[in-house]
Amino acid sequence: MAIEVNGKTFEVDEEGYLANINDWEPGVAEVMAKEDELELTDEHWDIIKFLREYYEEYQIAPAVRVLTKAVAKKLGKDKGNSKYLYGLFPYGPGKQACRYAGLPKPTGCV
Amino acid sequence: MAKKPIEFEVPKLTEYTEVPAVTPDTMAHSSPYVSKVEFQEPLGYPGELVDGWQDKAIGAMGEMLGKYRSLQVFLDSCVKCGACTDKCHYYLGTSDPKNMPVARQDLLRKVYRRYFTFAGKYFPKLVGAVDLDKEVLDDWYSYFHQCSQCRRCSVFCPYGIDTAEISMAAREIMDRIGLGQKYCNEIINKVFKIGNNLGLPENALADTLEGLEEDVEDETGVAVKYPLDKKGADILLVTPSADFFAEPHVDGLIGYGKVFHEAGADWTLSSKASEAANFGMFIGSYENMRRISLRIREAALELGVKRIIFGECGHAWRVAYSFLNTLAGPFDFLDPKYPVPQHILEFTWGEIQKGTLNIDKSRNDDMVLTFHDSCNVARASRMGDEPGGQFTIPRNVIKAVCNNFVDMAPDTIHEKTFCCGGGGGLLTDDLMELRVKGAKPRMDALSTVIEDHGVTHMAAICAICKAQFTKVLPFYGMGMDMIQSVHGLVSNAIILTGQVDDDDEEDAEDAA
Repeated sequence: MAIEVNGKTFEVDEEGYLANINDWEPGVAEVMAKEDELELTDEHWDIIKFLREYYEEYQIAPAVRVLTKAVAKKLGKDKGNSKYLYGLFPYGPGKQACRYAGLPKPTGCV
Repeated sequence: MAKKPIEFEVPKLTEYTEVPAVTPDTMAHSSPYVSKVEFQEPLGYPGELVDGWQDKAIGAMGEMLGKYRSLQVFLDSCVKCGACTDKCHYYLGTSDPKNMPVARQDLLRKVYRRYFTFAGKYFPKLVGAVDLDKEVLDDWYSYFHQCSQCRRCSVFCPYGIDTAEISMAAREIMDRIGLGQKYCNEIINKVFKIGNNLGLPENALADTLEGLEEDVEDETGVAVKYPLDKKGADILLVTPSADFFAEPHVDGLIGYGKVFHEAGADWTLSSKASEAANFGMFIGSYENMRRISLRIREAALELGVKRIIFGECGHAWRVAYSFLNTLAGPFDFLDPKYPVPQHILEFTWGEIQKGTLNIDKSRNDDMVLTFHDSCNVARASRMGDEPGGQFTIPRNVIKAVCNNFVDMAPDTIHEKTFCCGGGGGLLTDDLMELRVKGAKPRMDALSTVIEDHGVTHMAAICAICKAQFTKVLPFYGMGMDMIQSVHGLVSNAIILTGQVDDDDEEDAEDAA
């Protein structure tokens, strides 16, 4: 399976996650969000950027707790909670935001 | 394009779970993503469906019948009495007759009869014996991934036939002909490559634990440690990797650390055995189950610990309690004064009884709790040294840290507990319809105690149950944060030695 972004083709798995994280470019997130009928705002991009930075360092998506803590530090305590993140990414920050950021899906009992 | 989630109707909750009228094939479309070459081969299986798979499947079945006497007894002894028909949560939630345990067993039994019994070989039609063809194989793949191996049906079977064991055998046969399930097999690969189901590398684990230490110190003013790979520690804690990652799992991990801290225990986690789960059991693979278990032995030896304690994980406790010694033993290098292995709840209950923990139950007064018995703990293990300890110890601990506790209906708890709907390797998004429908009996019982007794939260001691409920509660109009870790409740109620609460500090500042 694949998605089209600005005339380029990107391979994705059955669940729509990018096959190769290094292929990622911002247009990938735009196209994926459009399919979910979601418009990406600066708030969404803050999260996507953080996910990519974290992945680069640790080769895994951050835990929800790590993510909320980082958001609280950057954007204030009122936004450092999973409610804020679910408001942005209704299918779950772990899964939906990771997909937009090109990260593999977290697996296991989560 | 991302696959759109399948549209389905969420069952309506009822005060008691009613047995639905049979509706054939309602779940015939449900089957999980098939594994890929790169996930199959490292587990010792062919990458994709092999040529001549029929013969190879029959060969594998024959080998397993010779190796596991129980499998043959289970396939031979069913008398079709019907006691199991209304006991499976997936039948109750989907009304698909192939989700009746006897029908699920028959999917394998009819092939067994055809190739391994006299009557089936010569008079197949008389005994319901059929050839193994693609249609049968498709049914196997679909319906043996609609069994969470919870073993509730076996409690009611007069012959004690264990459908879980039949499901496990069927999955192993399918793996051996190259038809594996992606979710389980990808995860087992991660355990072998990285050390845990999540794929959490050592540096990320170390960072996560440091983060927890900071959080606990910020909140309490006490430097509770969450040590990693500490050589010479007394206790090795093996816990599901979800405890490092997900909510409410991580609250439980924080709780284990607080209990160890107050008990003065010298403990450590291991980056090698950074996973309690053992999905080798779900796919019925003795070899993979053994390989996964051996990491725990190696970690214990390398770290030189005296005891092994398991965190809150249902099927891990089954593997640990029932099989660990034969899979990865003997554990003669551990301190014989303690059970090998021990459950974290046994440890915590022991400390509560000794009085080492300073508990303020009122800190959980904002909740009215109930408890979900996890199937593998309830029906395949024990805790403590008395029969039924696996039921009483978790409840004793909850009651020791909470003022408000109410049990759900008696036919839905203890050994009759209903599966959360996501056990046995089915906790994957591609099975969401099955997971939601299979949760109905538990949701019925929960909504009844919510209405009758004002229950606000449900506690559990299994990473799968916690993740599953977080996902399915919202489908039934309930909040995802209703589900709690038992050690999260312990964590709330413990007052650490020297603890200064955030609020106290603020109050003190206000007063100043």
